[in-house]
Amino acid sequence: MTVLLKVEGLTKSFGGVRAVGNVSFEVTAGELLAMIGPNGAGKSTCFNMLNGQLAPDAGSIEFAGRQIVGLKPRAVWRLGVGRTFQITATFSSMTVRENVQVALLSHHGGLGGLWRRARDAHVDAADRLLERVGMREQGDRPCSVLAYGDLKRLELAVALANRPRLLLMDEPTAGMAPRERVALMALAAEIVRTDNIGVLFTEHDMDVVFAHANRVIVLNRGQLIAAGAPDAVRADAEVQRIYLGSRH
Amino acid sequence: MSPDAIAVQFLNGLAGASTLFLIAVGLSLIFGVTRIVNFAHGSFYMLGIYVAYSLVARFGGTVLGFWASLLVAALAVAVIGVVVELLLLRRIYHAPELFQLLATFAVVLIVRDATLALWGPEDLLGPRAPGLKGSVEILGRQFPQYDLALIFVGPAVLGLLWLVLTRTRFGILIRAATQDREMVGALGVNQAWLFTAVFALGAFLAAFGGALQAPREPANLGLDLVAIGEAFVVVVVGGMGSIPGAFLAAFIIAEIKAMCFAIGQTTIAGVSFSFSKLTLVVEFLVMAAVLIWRPWGLLGRPAAATRNPAEIEAPISPADARTRRFGFAVLALLIVLPAFAQAFPYTLVLSIDILIAVLFAASLHFIMGPGGMHSFGHAAYFGLGAYGAGLLVKQAGWSMETALVGAPLIAAAGALVFGWFCVRLSGVYLAMLTLAFAQIVWSVAFQWDDFTGGSNGIVGVWPAPWLSEKWAYYYLTLACAVAGVLLLWRVLLAPFGYAMRAGRDSPLRADAIGIDVFRVQWKAFMLAGLVCGVAGGLFAFSKGSISPEAIGVGRSIDGLIMVLLGGVQTLAGPVVGAGLFTWLSDLIAREFAYWRAALGLTILVLVLAFPLGVAGSVKRLFAREAA
Amino acid sequence: MLKATDLHTYYGQAHILAGVSVEVRAGEVVVLLGRNGAGKSTTMKSIMGLVRPRAGTVEFQGRRIEQLATHRIARMGLGYVPEERRIFTELTVLENLEVGRQAPRPGAPTWDFEKIGRLFPNLREMPHRPGGRMSGGEQQMLTIARTLMGNPACVLLDEPSEGVAPVIVDQMAEAIRGLKSAGVAILLSEQNLHFAMEVADRAYIIEKGAIRFSGTMAALAANAEVQAQYLAV
Repeated sequence: MTVLLKVEGLTKSFGGVRAVGNVSFEVTAGELLAMIGPNGAGKSTCFNMLNGQLAPDAGSIEFAGRQIVGLKPRAVWRLGVGRTFQITATFSSMTVRENVQVALLSHHGGLGGLWRRARDAHVDAADRLLERVGMREQGDRPCSVLAYGDLKRLELAVALANRPRLLLMDEPTAGMAPRERVALMALAAEIVRTDNIGVLFTEHDMDVVFAHANRVIVLNRGQLIAAGAPDAVRADAEVQRIYLGSRH
Repeated sequence: MSPDAIAVQFLNGLAGASTLFLIAVGLSLIFGVTRIVNFAHGSFYMLGIYVAYSLVARFGGTVLGFWASLLVAALAVAVIGVVVELLLLRRIYHAPELFQLLATFAVVLIVRDATLALWGPEDLLGPRAPGLKGSVEILGRQFPQYDLALIFVGPAVLGLLWLVLTRTRFGILIRAATQDREMVGALGVNQAWLFTAVFALGAFLAAFGGALQAPREPANLGLDLVAIGEAFVVVVVGGMGSIPGAFLAAFIIAEIKAMCFAIGQTTIAGVSFSFSKLTLVVEFLVMAAVLIWRPWGLLGRPAAATRNPAEIEAPISPADARTRRFGFAVLALLIVLPAFAQAFPYTLVLSIDILIAVLFAASLHFIMGPGGMHSFGHAAYFGLGAYGAGLLVKQAGWSMETALVGAPLIAAAGALVFGWFCVRLSGVYLAMLTLAFAQIVWSVAFQWDDFTGGSNGIVGVWPAPWLSEKWAYYYLTLACAVAGVLLLWRVLLAPFGYAMRAGRDSPLRADAIGIDVFRVQWKAFMLAGLVCGVAGGLFAFSKGSISPEAIGVGRSIDGLIMVLLGGVQTLAGPVVGAGLFTWLSDLIAREFAYWRAALGLTILVLVLAFPLGVAGSVKRLFAREAA
Repeated sequence: MLKATDLHTYYGQAHILAGVSVEVRAGEVVVLLGRNGAGKSTTMKSIMGLVRPRAGTVEFQGRRIEQLATHRIARMGLGYVPEERRIFTELTVLENLEVGRQAPRPGAPTWDFEKIGRLFPNLREMPHRPGGRMSGGEQQMLTIARTLMGNPACVLLDEPSEGVAPVIVDQMAEAIRGLKSAGVAILLSEQNLHFAMEVADRAYIIEKGAIRFSGTMAALAANAEVQAQYLAV
């Protein structure tokens, strides 16, 4: 299997507090890798470094053999890394289809256009992406009136617009109803299979993690404390301890 | 430039710093706690001078009477502040930031006319302070005793404030609320009461600063905007909400100004240059520099601005058939308008003004609405266009037609430079920086006598002979306005417009799908400057002249009112708003002596009744009908 | 003392609480256990009026409070200690306490700096230290002390053990027991089961915005299945 993302010695401190310390892991094509850990473990910080939103203090991030530390999020995206956010980030003043069209226009380098109508651009491609996440019939609805689960699916369609090889999903199911959670992750799993891409996701819902992840890594206080197959991680004494807490 | 001149100017600077601090610190306190940028703060300052003038005239014969008069004047204005807070601000604490600004600006207009009604239009200089009428000799120069006393007022007030803020429960609550209002509420403190008290304190300080000026500076009706402009600069330079910051910034700015006076005319590298002319612009240069170097001010902290998000906008779409028919009908009316001009010759003059306002407002709306960048200095590009046209004709000898093409290019070039700085900031800071640039353009026009004609401006900027008839010029304006507005709409519906809205809706997501938000906003700034420059050029030729008055802060604010009146969220908003505003202010100005107050009241009613703007509310009404 | 019934809370479109009911009786320490993102903080904010539940009722000392402004709720004697601590970093320890001060309240213990110093000896040592220059553990003590200055009858304590050193966690447990013996009722949110075991009388387990278990600590301790399903990995 090809290694898509190779993270080594990733470190980041905020005002003397080490949020992420010397974290290393890999994501390969065709796998769903879950990153779990209690609050403040450094998951979001880690994510924000992976897509260029935050600059690490030390460490290397290689995507498809290329060093991406120091690149801006938009440059990382152009290399083929899609991202969804913990709190959905969509364009609320646009329709569902327009959200995807903007991403497609950006992918094809057409966002500088001053004359042609944007809503006529890449309509079919946008509809295909919406079809894929089950949102096609809602294409003309304003994004601002969507149910939360639908917003998450729209975000997925937007993230897929540049045919990414790696998808970063930050808490993809947070705020969704239980049934929607299963459906969304099943969808992600199917995309991983058919497109042979890699997915790294953080998640609080252990049902989601253990139902869908191929591998799990565990962060606690910025340190990677366990990695491996879901069952092995679940059996790990250290992992149990940080989740249940203990008398030190 | 002699050492004694510098010393005296330094003392002058200190006296100025005291007043500046008093105005700015109140503004900063109010912003810190309530997050409202209070445009009416300058009005409190102005009222302070007027009330103090009247009281001192009556009771100011004795030392005690004089100082008591100043305090009572400030207290009286504080009471007015409480009334404003209770009646107006309470209703709009949760409104979008721009509406708050508009509402407090309406207060400015009302206070201005109330002052006019009560005190009349003449400048009023109060009697000098008993016991401090003379002057002392400093390094062989005479320095007024009163100014010397004033030097100590600033630090004294800073000390008193410091005592209040650290030793009283009220002060501790103010400091706590400046950091985290919600938490203060969760600890059982009633914020509403706190807000009112802080507003009263701020108004008191501004008015006291004004009252102290009564014997020094004649009270006049333009002081409100001058004071608010300076106070904004001090607060932004010092850091929003920071009291030591306000003190430091007041000191720096007052001293830099004083030193410009001290240096005066000098020769640098063979070119004679007048530093005293820099005084009108130097504070804005300082602010621009500080904002670029430390966007949150000298002693401020880079806090996430707590802003009330505007209402979520509906997707924009090309006009439907009904709207198109309506648009064509309006256009047809405008085309046949000159036929009726025989009977009502004034109609054409007003229509030209309206069409120019439409272009101006549409270009402002372009960056403000879909771009999400709230410009408080759109007059800069109007001014560059207008002066550009005038100068190209008068100084470069271009023909009117070529000058009208050149003018927008000059405006766009200005927007290119200013925009590069502005798009790095957001929210109130961006607004203030745009204001600073507009002020710089205005000051250059006002001060550069040899080139721009100074306060007289440029006269004799007439259209070419074939356009000299009013109806001909009207058609030119109509063509430019229609073309400009259609161009902007087209761009908004094109991919570029979507990229702009993407950057506004979610910068995070925009960046994550490869959009360079900075570049997009920069280009948008430039395009808006270009279109605005057309408006400026048309304006210059329609009046035959251009003067600094026409490109001042007032013009920027008119633009804001037009856009907000029409509704930020609709494409037709700026068109409706510009028409309505220009027509209304023309009508009111002709019919009422107190047109400002009438306009202010109108704005207040509109703000409280139509939070979406007029066009937005009409659109919503139709949408509801259709549903 | 405090009774929240069937709270439904949304953030925008996201449905965070789907019918949460919790109750705290006088003199009791009740813990709300759950993983992060389960809805613990939102439950507390909903009770406190910091976010408005779309449906549900909250009763405090026999009065309905779900429509009241936050400061009114606080004035009734319901204290709130936020998870993020939110101390006033520019203010000194004493000034932070001053912000929280309220008049003495019948039926609830009254607090002053001296009494708080007995509960948190560290704070007594640094009355004039600005909040911003305190360690995480000291800040955690200060945020609790600040709320106590309001002389509350009941305190909502959001994750007091999170992100502080083990030795401070011990002190927190000690302090919670101290509050309980002083007669303050407490609703505590936690991820840490062992910490909860040390201080609480009863527990609720919240997961995906709904209460999944409710019972005494002993019952929870004996129920390995519930522990594994909702708290463990």
